[in-house]
Amino acid sequence: MSSIKPRVKVPKSASAGEVITIKTLINHQMESGQRKDSSGNVIPRKIINRFACTFNGQEVISVDIDPAVSANPYFEFQAKIPEAGEFVFTWVDDDGTVYEERKEIAIG
Amino acid sequence: MQLTRRDALMMGAGAVAATLIPAGAPRAAPTLDEAIAAFTGGATPGEGGVTITAPEIAENGNTVPIEVDAPGASSIMLLADGNPNPAVCTFHFGPLAGAQMAATRIRLARTQNVLAVARLADGSYGIARREVKVTIGGCGG
Repeated sequence: MSSIKPRVKVPKSASAGEVITIKTLINHQMESGQRKDSSGNVIPRKIINRFACTFNGQEVISVDIDPAVSANPYFEFQAKIPEAGEFVFTWVDDDGTVYEERKEIAIG
Repeated sequence: MQLTRRDALMMGAGAVAATLIPAGAPRAAPTLDEAIAAFTGGATPGEGGVTITAPEIAENGNTVPIEVDAPGASSIMLLADGNPNPAVCTFHFGPLAGAQMAATRIRLARTQNVLAVARLADGSYGIARREVKVTIGGCGG
């Protein structure tokens, strides 16, 4: 499988108290555990089962994910920016791997 | 009633069978109602309080854009009643959520209802349904 690379779109700056839209994507096959290979064996489930976003340690959103979320899971949501700081985005794979991405945002 | 040896044996066999069957049966995915009850703690959600934005017709069931919005909600569960496992995903909103909305892309196996259940600010639950017609199913069948 190709290397898994998260992608996040966050504005570089915002005014204090502003609500911004964040878009996230991670390339992942999200194998549902429902499919069978050519010899009829079930392909084992392997998905991203959790996504979370925090800003300066405070939770913005978290998502419990089931296999019905599409491959390359995409999430769009809104965050309130009380001050300058850093977003931390984490994706948890069924195999225990945690993918992380960080984005800073300035006030101004 | 007199307990004969035959009765005693039958009862014993029944008890053994009763313990074996649930353990041996494959663990089925929860039904739609079970999934909703697990989220609401058994409470029946009222209509409204949450909005689903979805296409009326999805060309490709592998990736159907869905948006949910429930002002003031603490979490929203998304379900699809025609999928092998109805649960899709559950959003939890933290103190820095700018709005209680989220958009994602989901898989739909066939034409079916997409449901959203939200835990609202006052602790009650709201539900919304929306039918999405699917031209090509999204379960790799």
